[in-house]
Amino acid sequence: MAESHGGAKGPAAGAHTEADGSHHGGGFPPFESSSFASQLVSLAIFFVLLYVIVSKLALPRIGGAIEARQNKIEGDLAEAQKLKDQSDAALKAYESELASARTRAQAIGNESREKANAQAEAERKTLEEQLAARLAGAEKTIASTRTAAMSNVRGIAADAAGQIVQQLTGVVPDAASVNAAVDASLKG
Amino acid sequence: MKIDPIHQFNIEPLFTLGHIGNHTIAFTNSSLYMLVAVAIISILMLASGTQMVPGRLQSVAEISYEFVASTIRSTAGAEGMKFFPLIFSLFMFLCVSNLVGIIPYTFTIASHLIVTGALALLVFFTVLIYGLYKNGLKFFKIFVPQGVPIYILPLVMFIEILSFFLRPVSHSVRLFANMLAGHIALKVFAGFVAMLGFSLGAVGWVGGVLPLALTVALYALEILVAFLQAYVFAILTCIYLNDAIHPGH
Repeated sequence: MAESHGGAKGPAAGAHTEADGSHHGGGFPPFESSSFASQLVSLAIFFVLLYVIVSKLALPRIGGAIEARQNKIEGDLAEAQKLKDQSDAALKAYESELASARTRAQAIGNESREKANAQAEAERKTLEEQLAARLAGAEKTIASTRTAAMSNVRGIAADAAGQIVQQLTGVVPDAASVNAAVDASLKG
Repeated sequence: MKIDPIHQFNIEPLFTLGHIGNHTIAFTNSSLYMLVAVAIISILMLASGTQMVPGRLQSVAEISYEFVASTIRSTAGAEGMKFFPLIFSLFMFLCVSNLVGIIPYTFTIASHLIVTGALALLVFFTVLIYGLYKNGLKFFKIFVPQGVPIYILPLVMFIEILSFFLRPVSHSVRLFANMLAGHIALKVFAGFVAMLGFSLGAVGWVGGVLPLALTVALYALEILVAFLQAYVFAILTCIYLNDAIHPGH
């Protein structure tokens, strides 16, 4: 059958028909060696063609598309992460700023309170001192007035005593003895 | 009405390309279907878009890409990606031609042992040459499994060497026999329907329902087989290449 196929092919290769195929249909086509060369040659041509198309064009193309998508996804995720980190940092900065402002406000409050206290204390002290000084001055004035008054009282008393003695006795008493008597009565 | 399940495998020369020695090189129906397979793969892989959000055709192209790539990575490791174009070509060529061949009145390239044998030998020599080129004499460690007692090592080595050289046979015959047997079975069951109808009349047409149902079921099975055998061929190629990349694992 292999020979008959080969023989039939030889003279009129271009004129093969279905009928021609069926007349040697008794054989088992996969084992007809006359067709092997044709099949091997076409397999070699088309498989090499396919390999070249696949390795030079198809795989770089599809692989590139997949890789581009992968890169895009990774880039977007990284971008999102970056933005999240930024917002986290901003939140942290805001919180620390708030905390420091709060402590600063507290410090300022404390400081001004202390200052005010100290000032009040100082003012109170000076006022007290002034009052004390004036009190002391007043007391001194009172004392001096009193001594002056007392000395006047002695003079008046001595005069009055001299007059009384003069009136009663008609004798002008000795001034020194009048003064001594006045002093003695004032003491007593 | 005579059932001729073999006729579908006939090689019909369409026109002559030339002569090598005393062999006539013709462009046959087989060549035509090889061209069809190459054209379908090229359209799928080159006419699909490369958008960020893939369309239907692009999805199919990317799924095939990822499918073959993950198969290689899981069986032969990252180094196996060197052979990505080869394995992708083999898988897509066989898968597309098998699926085209399942359509009635078409021709199945892989139903010829010469074609599957040539592809299996291509894989065999790729493994042999790359293994020797990359590992030198260490490549022969694949014949010496580790942890085997010394007194049975010669026997194990003999079996390993034999199985290595029988690889292209099992690799090619598995694909060829599956495609051939599936197509013959389909043809026989489908032929029964017509034979019963033409020979027994109305009773025959009613009786033909059973083989028709079987034909439909077998057809579904054959679609699975068409894909699966292409996948098996590709994954075995990966496993054999793994030996060349990592001998004596």
